[in-house]
Amino acid sequence: MSYVRPKFRHPNLPKNELGYTQDYYEGSISTLCAGCGHDSISAAIVQACYENNIEPHKVAKMSGIGCSSKTPAYFLNNSHGFNSVHGRMPSVATGANMANKDLTYIGVSGDGDSASIGMGQFVHVVRRNLNMTYIVMNNGCYGLTKGQDSATADKGSKNKAGNVNEFQSIDLASLALELGATFVAQSFSGDKAQLVPLIKAAMKHQGFAFLNVISPCVTFNNNVGSTKSYDFVREHQEATATFDLVPHKSEITTSYDEGTTKSVVMHDGSLIQLHKLDQKWDPQNRFSAMTALENAKSKGEILTGLLYINEQSQDLHNILNTTDTPLNKLTQDVLCPGAEKLKDINKSLS
Amino acid sequence: MVGLDKVNDFVVRFANVNGTGSASANLLFTKSIFRMGLFVCPKNFFPSNIQGLPTWYEVRVNDKGYLGRRDGIDLMVAVNAQSMLADIKSVKPGGYLLYDSTKPLHSDYIREDLNYIGVPMMEMCNKEFTDPRQRLLFKNIMYVGALSALLDIEFNVLESLISEQFAGKEKLIAPNIKALKLGSEYIKANYKFPLEIRVERRNLTDNMIMMEGNAACGLGAVYAGATFAAWYPITPSTSVAEAFGDYCHELRVAEDGKHNFAIVQAEDELAAIGMAIGANWNGARAFTATSGPGLSLMNEFLGLAYYAEIPVVLVDVQRTGPSTGMPTRVQQSDVMEAAYASHGDTKHILLFPSTPKECFEMTADAFDLSEQLQTPVMVMTDLDLGMNDHVCAKLEWDDNRKFKRGKVLNAEQLEKLERYGRYLDVDGDGITYRTIPATHPTKGAFVTRGTSRDEYAVYTEEGAPYERNMERLLKKFETAKSYVPAPQVYNAENEADYGIIFYGTSTQSAEEAIDLLKEQGIHLDALRIKSFPFNQTVEDFIDAHDKVFVVEQNRDAQLRSLMLIEIGASPKKLVPVLNYEGLPITADVIVKKIEKKLSRVIKKANKLQQNPIS
Repeated sequence: MSYVRPKFRHPNLPKNELGYTQDYYEGSISTLCAGCGHDSISAAIVQACYENNIEPHKVAKMSGIGCSSKTPAYFLNNSHGFNSVHGRMPSVATGANMANKDLTYIGVSGDGDSASIGMGQFVHVVRRNLNMTYIVMNNGCYGLTKGQDSATADKGSKNKAGNVNEFQSIDLASLALELGATFVAQSFSGDKAQLVPLIKAAMKHQGFAFLNVISPCVTFNNNVGSTKSYDFVREHQEATATFDLVPHKSEITTSYDEGTTKSVVMHDGSLIQLHKLDQKWDPQNRFSAMTALENAKSKGEILTGLLYINEQSQDLHNILNTTDTPLNKLTQDVLCPGAEKLKDINKSLS
Repeated sequence: MVGLDKVNDFVVRFANVNGTGSASANLLFTKSIFRMGLFVCPKNFFPSNIQGLPTWYEVRVNDKGYLGRRDGIDLMVAVNAQSMLADIKSVKPGGYLLYDSTKPLHSDYIREDLNYIGVPMMEMCNKEFTDPRQRLLFKNIMYVGALSALLDIEFNVLESLISEQFAGKEKLIAPNIKALKLGSEYIKANYKFPLEIRVERRNLTDNMIMMEGNAACGLGAVYAGATFAAWYPITPSTSVAEAFGDYCHELRVAEDGKHNFAIVQAEDELAAIGMAIGANWNGARAFTATSGPGLSLMNEFLGLAYYAEIPVVLVDVQRTGPSTGMPTRVQQSDVMEAAYASHGDTKHILLFPSTPKECFEMTADAFDLSEQLQTPVMVMTDLDLGMNDHVCAKLEWDDNRKFKRGKVLNAEQLEKLERYGRYLDVDGDGITYRTIPATHPTKGAFVTRGTSRDEYAVYTEEGAPYERNMERLLKKFETAKSYVPAPQVYNAENEADYGIIFYGTSTQSAEEAIDLLKEQGIHLDALRIKSFPFNQTVEDFIDAHDKVFVVEQNRDAQLRSLMLIEIGASPKKLVPVLNYEGLPITADVIVKKIEKKLSRVIKKANKLQQNPIS
């Protein structure tokens, strides 16, 4: 583990369309355990923001409490972050989003933060279709309090002390689908090739984009018998399809056989390209996504990749019919009705 | 039998069944008297229920300017069979009972010392109206018509109120007036009218309005530029959020039909305040409204907002606690909880409005204070103020008033800074400089957190910076004393031996009690608390008196405790005067309790004189 990030950068590092190199998107040095899955996800977020040509200061990083919720400090140093209250990130993100619709909201949470203490807020932010990317760094245990089982630990999974979890687990991806999330994906912290384009697409999605990322806890839940260990996930990961995100106006270069490919046009004109498609699965059909998830689970597999997308959905601002100007930019002359108007109100009350 | 000869000084109570449309008829009655220039003090006593249970509406009428509740019912409109026996018992001897005489009264219901006025309301309604809903509704209008003759209410005032109410639905005007006339004419044909209790026009209320405090809070938020509200339904605060929504739809819709506001009904109070904090963090003015149980749930977030220094406004409409308590009854019992909400060392800014006008002003002020001081500000109103109509001065707004957004750095200011420190006390007043997300590409960003950090918002678990920060927060609270509204001092000089302190909805009754006690030769200097933290005036007032009565509507004398803790006042000096049965406090109760406490003081003094300690 290193404590200082070297300042030196190669002068010929590639730059994105905004002229920034990827290190411009980095954060402070992580204080998580060496080998923690969460650090890989932070790195994937850095790369996704770089490749999506995002102005870092126009991102708001939201989190609750826990190991995962510490990560906003480890990416995008030029973005404001809010490490809030355990299980309450969805509400803080909702308020922040209402105040300024023009920012990109990345929420980071854990399985304790979302599936236990914050379950109430999680389900409600899904049903409001808040325009944000919501990443659960899911390791099936409570890391910061030294390894207790969480609600996403699979039934029968063994923890480090050798105890077997006897309780049913909560499958957050299934739950998000059930609740009508408009973008649902599942991935693995060790599969950067899949994770980066998924995060990029999630950030472009106009609405609630949910990413359940299995992210092994090297210290407390990486043992034999755990279903959230690196080895177990690598062995049991099954993808819905390969996933590519082609930015708006880019040329499509690869070609695949008819019938195994599907494209989805996103809000900003970008194209999601899915190849080697499972024939029984349609990413725009919620039922087929649910079935695919259940089928995988019954076979003991972890289904990853895009599960479902609805590009036609209305986000919370659309539903509330808020004005195009961010609410935090409206000025007093627009907001305050003034003394004349108060005279009328007084009249109606006399 | 001799009636009560009281012009412009009586109490009428309506005993209704909830869900039968009596509320609008009762309001019509109250407003007609208000329009004749008299002071009215209406109170709803309603159950936690939607339809079928007894509900009462009481109006005190006077021309002396008193706006508190008064004990003793002079006239009862008894139209609820379920509660009728008890209702009849509650009328003062020599008082009046107006009832539906369609069916004869059972002998159990007859009191020799009451005047009975029977009007066959149901019979007349069934005869004159065919629609079953109208038959029910117009029974209420009919008793207002009967009262107009009995109490000498000007009929044209009632007519104009009906016309205003149904502007746009003109078809409804005629049947309403018909119902009024049926009631009035029946009295004129069958009884001597007007009664000894009656009204006479005085025109004392020309510059006044009648408004519910919750509506005023909602409107105050609109005027203060709040663009976001998050709330969870709870009596008695629900109508704050609803009023904000109604006024926004009226005043804040852009020409293209889009909304210059957003309102989210949250999944619970935890989320409601979380959302309000999130929006404030991101530079919008946002608030939530709740009552006791919701405030309990909001504690954790209030601690975060205090420690991370995020503005947020909370309107707490207090009701009877603890737990669910009496959800439709009033108390001032959230004071202690609000003042120190959250675990850890916290102190919060509280404002105590006592009229709808102050609800409007203090809610607007709360947004300024909250942003200037970067901390939660709670507007401590209550069920009585929030959900009853109150007569008060007209609302005012100065167009030169500018929103005070506090210390917020813009891009140019950030550009000039070498290093930005979110928690750096540059000015020495404990208030540091905020930045709003997306202000500057490379400067001013940091992670807001509830964990400890140094002056530059860098995470730390070292003791020294933690302590420095906590000390600075205390300094900021000291600074707040010069920002919050100063108490109202009633007497220029503190000359009396005894003082009296009160706040919120105890104010009107306490003011009346001072007058009543004066008639008995007991003089009190008075002080009305408008905010917490207390400033020097409060301390000086306590110092200047041998004894200070503290009037509150809770069991534990909570504001008194705050004064003991924060000012270090002597517990022997501050004498609690408490009323917490759930109904608004009356002047009579205050007078009786002060008399009792004073007689003890006097007895003790006499004893000392007789048996001097040598």
